[in-house]
Amino acid sequence: MPATPISKAEREQGHATVFDLSQHSLRELNQALHKLTPGSNETAWEVLNPKGSHSVAVGVDQPVSIDVRGSVGYYCAGMNDGAAITVHGSAGPGVGENMMSGSIVIKGDASQYAGATGRGGLLVIEGNASSRCGISMKGIDIVVHGNIGHMSAFMAQSGNLVVLGDAGDALGDSIYEARLFVRGKVESLGADCIAKEMRPEHIELLQGLLDKAGVTGVKASEFKRYGSARKLYNFNIDNADAY
Amino acid sequence: MCGIVGLFLKDKALEPKLGAMLSEMLVSLSDRGPDSAGIAIYGAATGNEAKITVQSPTPDRDFRGLDADLAKAIGAPVSVAVKSTHAVIRTTPDKFDAAREVLQTLRPDIRIMGAGEAVEIYKEVGLPEAVVERFGVRAMTGTHGIGHTRMATESAVTTMGAHPFSTGADQCLVHNGSLSNHNNVRRELIRDGMTFETENDTEVAAAYLSNRMAHGKNLGEALEGTLSDLDGFFTFVVGTKNGFGVVRDPIACKPAVMAETDQYVAFGSEYRALTKLPGIDNARVWEPEPATVYFWEH
Repeated sequence: MPATPISKAEREQGHATVFDLSQHSLRELNQALHKLTPGSNETAWEVLNPKGSHSVAVGVDQPVSIDVRGSVGYYCAGMNDGAAITVHGSAGPGVGENMMSGSIVIKGDASQYAGATGRGGLLVIEGNASSRCGISMKGIDIVVHGNIGHMSAFMAQSGNLVVLGDAGDALGDSIYEARLFVRGKVESLGADCIAKEMRPEHIELLQGLLDKAGVTGVKASEFKRYGSARKLYNFNIDNADAY
Repeated sequence: MCGIVGLFLKDKALEPKLGAMLSEMLVSLSDRGPDSAGIAIYGAATGNEAKITVQSPTPDRDFRGLDADLAKAIGAPVSVAVKSTHAVIRTTPDKFDAAREVLQTLRPDIRIMGAGEAVEIYKEVGLPEAVVERFGVRAMTGTHGIGHTRMATESAVTTMGAHPFSTGADQCLVHNGSLSNHNNVRRELIRDGMTFETENDTEVAAAYLSNRMAHGKNLGEALEGTLSDLDGFFTFVVGTKNGFGVVRDPIACKPAVMAETDQYVAFGSEYRALTKLPGIDNARVWEPEPATVYFWEH
């Protein structure tokens, strides 16, 4: 998708710190972001010409906003702790890996293992996510407007994965306590993952997530909930076939 | 790791730039594999010319007088264009098999990189930039091509272990991944008459496809067969005389991005490889689905 251009007036108004990756190295960008301290005046950042670079804006631990104008490669916004990062393009593998808090919005698609091992914060993917989305998630909330690929939420421990489209094969294989909400069809469920009843508290939780992710025109009641059957937590010889 | 690229042109106006475009794509993925690099370029087949790309460890000795020696042996006109350690031998299509056979005795040390009506293959140990520079790939014209930069896992870092692998006329393949049942498949293919130059897993995949196509399958059907018959991790990009195909194994952990416009279809291990292509900002960009065969033909 084309990167949304920002107008000069908009840029001046926003007082954003503009960082052009065709002029400066990725390391300079990430070091500048890591040097930010609480109360810094540089609260708005704009990254130009990412052109598929790896590790753009990883490890940011201050509540700044970062707009990346274009598509990124591996591991964008990994370990994010408090920043609001928007990618105006698509993201390569491992976007938002191990996010602690804050938010990440991908305007395009995300490649495999988006939000892997995330412990907190909100990851929104406005396009599709491919395989292993939310693998081993540990508290992160992930909202995908499109579809997700196979083996998503594998060994997911806690947090919420919301999918407005369809899910691929083996959803939630060996899942622990994460909640999965899927609006479309699920190709197949993984070991120990089952469909569960949508009780009022789940509708409320899901509506809150949809609102937070800026999703409109979609009702929480349109989703099905999936989660753990809790049969594989501890080894039981009778369940040996399920592993 | 390894990095792979492919470019299939729809717009004839881009053909003079194919070598330059493909070189840029491959060089951008250098850090995915520094061991060796290779590229296959398909020029338009004229129907009255056959090409054999050969490589020699001692090009000065092996290529000197090769045109005259070969012409005499097969009784047909032969031209030899030397590019560093490689040379492209051209002759008439009816003498193609004879030329291949007699080469083994005329110059026992040379190796055939690839042959057919359209393809030329150049591959060597070293970084992509050094390899494309050495063979003047940027100046090459063509309709489609594939490339590879290697981080070796399965066999030695040698010229013959570099990709693309070619095991049939105008057929070649590049691979990111590793195959676990290649020894078994190699044995089965040898029993069916295929020959191998290396211990490399990817050569088995290339030979598997050539073998299936020799048994009457089209490229799409042959690629489909890899999903059930090859075990391991793979993203394959394949070239044939008229076409270009892509397939990923069902687990699909090896990365892949594709882009399509009115002018071309492009493949890259990463989006980085595609960023310099014309009109990329407005291209349809997507990740090919696991266990799904994609192919385009002219």
